[in-house]
Amino acid sequence: MTTTVQPTVEFRNVHTRFGANHVHRGLNFALQPGEVTTLLGPSGAGKTIILKLIIGLVRQAEGSVKVMGQEVVDLDGPDLTALRVSTGMLFQGAALFDSLSVFENIAYGLRERGEKDEDKLDHIVKERLRMVGLPGIESKLPSQLSGGQRKRIGLARALATSPKIMLYDEPTTGLDPTSTRMIDDLIITFAREQKITSLIVTHDIQSARRISDRWMLLSQGGIAADGPVAEVSENNHLVRDFVSGSWKEAV
Amino acid sequence: MQKAKELLNALGAYALLLSDVLRDILKHGINVREVSRQIILMGISSIPIVLLTAVFTGMVLALQTAYGLHRFGAKNYVGNLVGLALARELGPVLTAVMVCGRVGAGIAAEIASMVVTEQVDAIRALGGDPVRRLVTPRIVAGTLSMPLLAGIAVITGILGGAVVAVFELGITWHQYYRSYLYAVQIRDVTDGLIKSCGFGLIVASIACFKGLRCRGGTEGVGLTTTAAVVTGSLMVFISNFFFTKLLIIIQFK
Repeated sequence: MTTTVQPTVEFRNVHTRFGANHVHRGLNFALQPGEVTTLLGPSGAGKTIILKLIIGLVRQAEGSVKVMGQEVVDLDGPDLTALRVSTGMLFQGAALFDSLSVFENIAYGLRERGEKDEDKLDHIVKERLRMVGLPGIESKLPSQLSGGQRKRIGLARALATSPKIMLYDEPTTGLDPTSTRMIDDLIITFAREQKITSLIVTHDIQSARRISDRWMLLSQGGIAADGPVAEVSENNHLVRDFVSGSWKEAV
Repeated sequence: MQKAKELLNALGAYALLLSDVLRDILKHGINVREVSRQIILMGISSIPIVLLTAVFTGMVLALQTAYGLHRFGAKNYVGNLVGLALARELGPVLTAVMVCGRVGAGIAAEIASMVVTEQVDAIRALGGDPVRRLVTPRIVAGTLSMPLLAGIAVITGILGGAVVAVFELGITWHQYYRSYLYAVQIRDVTDGLIKSCGFGLIVASIACFKGLRCRGGTEGVGLTTTAAVVTGSLMVFISNFFFTKLLIIIQFK
């Protein structure tokens, strides 16, 4: 007897449009629990929009986006908030709140969830800062941090609510090799130790190779290649061409 | 046709934003700490420009009205005109326009920057509500601080007019004060302050609305800021007619 595991994220025939721009033309894929997937594709293909569809920041024109069995477009109010709290997202530029200290940035999601116990907040914030290797900077403002530190604080903020799914939008773009390695290690650690389903959008092929179980290639509004990293990077000519920089696609 | 459709869409979205703010206030109340912070930011920072605008407007008004009234031998009534004009119209309207340029631009630029750096998306992604965090406190603060600033502008403008009346036109303090008291009633002042509340709501809500709809990176922030000031100022002048008409209807009902 075989048991079917419910996918953490499931896209079925998803179409998204922005005015006349038809970005996705029937996306189909599923992310299994604990899986680390990297989404590759040319700039402007709609990779970040896929992340935003998962947490309901963008709504599809057609099709179904299910997260932990729930249809995202049907969620509203507290249900949508609950979904977002259980899903962490690291934004491309970290998107830290400029006017809030590092402490308040990390505690933001917890406060929104209704956490009022200051001792508990203090404990969680310090724990997350330790996890990302930046203890003792609670009182600093985002403007006082380097690019790499901002990304790590963004990661700490996304992880503060102990999410079941993590979405990473260009986590290592613009970082030096040391910071890139550090972020990669953190992504691997969280995914492996805490069994977090992770979807990563990146153009950093080295990072993508190091951290992922699976690659998906987004092309012309659909998933053009999908499979284990070793398999698709060697056997799929589209992925091979994309990785080598010889792939030409009109986006 | 396309422009008309865009305008209707924008009006609908603006109405939705206002209804979200109302729902937020009814559901969660007002964040007194954040509203107080915004009132201090908006109010204190705007006082110097409001004072300067009002004092010189009062002075010019005294000079111009004296010039006209002098022909009829009615120069002593300068206080009437300066007081009425400032309390009912110029104080609230000029304050609103100055605050729109100073505070409206600031709100629009701040929120637009948060949109382009994905901070607004981050608020949502963390389970928060940008309306509750960003919009409601600013609209409430704008609605409450505008009448305070307009009140300061009216008093300062009348004093500016008094300085010109006494030192330039040869009218005594007493005559100016008497003619002002004779003409301006409490109703004139309260009508002006009520209009100011409306202007505060309009200026702050348009700035927030424009900021949240910002698109196109840093260039978009600049365009958004300009649009917020232009639209806000225009709406102050347009709504002034309707507020005035409404208050007159209520007064003579």
